Amino acid sequence: MDRVEVAGVGMHPFGRFPDVSLTQMGVVAVRAALKEAGVERGGFQAAFCGTAYGGVASGHKVLGAIGMTGMPIVDVEAGCASGGAALMLAASSIASGQYETVLVFGIEKMPKGMIRSSFFEPWQEESGMSATPAYFALRAQRLMQTSGVTKEHLARVVVKNRSQGVLNCDAMYRSLVSEGEVLSSRLVCEPLHLWMLCSPNEGAAAVVLTRAPSHGANAGLTRESRASSVSLLAAVLRSHLPGPVLGESTPMAGLVESHVVASGEDGAFVNEATLPSATTLAARSAYEEAGVGPEDLDVVECQDTDAARELLSYEELGLCSDGGAGAFFATGATERGGRLPVNMSGGLLSKGEPLGASALGQVVELVRQLRGDAGDRQVDGARVALSHTVGRGANAGVVILRG
Amino acid sequence: MTGVSSEGPLVGKLAQRAIAVTAGLFEMGDPPRLLASSCNECGQPHFPRQETCPYCSADGCTDIELSNNGTLWAWTAVTSAPPGYKGAVPYGFGVVELPEGIRIVTRLTESDPARLSYGEPVHLEIVPVYQDEDGRDVVTFAFAADASDAPVQGGE
Ligand SMILES: [Zn+2]
Repeated sequence: MDRVEVAGVGMHPFGRFPDVSLTQMGVVAVRAALKEAGVERGGFQAAFCGTAYGGVASGHKVLGAIGMTGMPIVDVEAGCASGGAALMLAASSIASGQYETVLVFGIEKMPKGMIRSSFFEPWQEESGMSATPAYFALRAQRLMQTSGVTKEHLARVVVKNRSQGVLNCDAMYRSLVSEGEVLSSRLVCEPLHLWMLCSPNEGAAAVVLTRAPSHGANAGLTRESRASSVSLLAAVLRSHLPGPVLGESTPMAGLVESHVVASGEDGAFVNEATLPSATTLAARSAYEEAGVGPEDLDVVECQDTDAARELLSYEELGLCSDGGAGAFFATGATERGGRLPVNMSGGLLSKGEPLGASALGQVVELVRQLRGDAGDRQVDGARVALSHTVGRGANAGVVILRG
Repeated sequence: MTGVSSEGPLVGKLAQRAIAVTAGLFEMGDPPRLLASSCNECGQPHFPRQETCPYCSADGCTDIELSNNGTLWAWTAVTSAPPGYKGAVPYGFGVVELPEGIRIVTRLTESDPARLSYGEPVHLEIVPVYQDEDGRDVVTFAFAADASDAPVQGGE
């Protein structure tokens, strides 16, 4: 398998831009990434575009607007992990030797407020079974029950991420909030208050991947760009195993502690409590592919769709023990200056969540961190980084990068 | 364990003019029933009914009726109407565990989370969600706490 490098990244800020079209946002991110990579028209052999709400041929419209078509353009939908899915396809097309250089981008323009998802049947919407924050709230309540997580922890996740969002000009919310303010924001679904939930919004992000030059060659890259190159060690996408009632697959029912047939896991019978989630499956696979473990990570961007989701991700990604999320967070390990800073971009809680773009937005942040180019948000000496997105499907994407 | 909601809010009073929000999920009888099936291969129960087992992929499942009584496993309340929702807010929402070894995502008749507790006994009811253009009650399944078996829950 060939090694894959990140040659360039670009962003259109995340936020709300009534006067900017979805296509225009994509153009901004794509042009920035191509420019940084030094790749011009004809310089990439395929393009993958992540979007969940973009509609027919969204990626084609972006590349059509700048006259860069003719190559295969694949639009990819995988819910919140759409960008992660696009990245996986792009990376494997290079690793397998099919292409030399590939463009990956994610775009989204979503209405304000609770997400309306075609995932649900009309009767589910009509009878109140499609309230996404309610599913998040039930998951949060379970985490409070099993992992020593308190409502104060949830508020402090928001305080942590928002304090980083202040430093990120691509974020939507750029003001500090206090624990008290978070807890006194409107109660959406107990235990989740409004500010503990990320906002669906708009934005775009793009990444240019290229095959790493074979040993000794420099493939025409300048000395500077070589020195700041970032390797993509793994880009994995996984779905869920059947069983858990509150998994992101959002089933209407699940199984109690009884045994579940874990299809895809050697057909073995495992207990519901130990059944790996889509995120855990993706993380295990990514660690194995990358040849690193959680202990090697220096900086992480993880899915903070809601504050509890970030803490649950700590466990699923193996950053702490199962059941240890509350205690781990309380040590301050994931704060700025801690042992393993998480969501130094401000996270989705600061940036908002444009579904198709969010996963690549994380990758943009981590590439900047690994290049030492993250400005006021820089985690000193960051060498190995992990990004994680998960959402309805279930879809879970895990990416591991090395500077 | 049956008979808990034989005087439930709807069965009697509204059943004749009530229609289910969708077919195949429950029976509005007295007592009401959730319609599930059980896999002939692995024995796991699943809801709603289908021919192929969602857990082991085997074909061939047998219809079963789930218990109407269970315990509360997770709960919250929805305070603002999600897109497409035709009923009133707030409303309770949660997960109930039934003796067959299944956990059901369900509406709850109690919309104040502070009045519910983990593991508390609950039972099945059929409740109105909204009225259709012909003035008929459109109903769905919900679970109510045994302890607060009030005659009619306001706001629903
Ligand atoms: Zn089965």
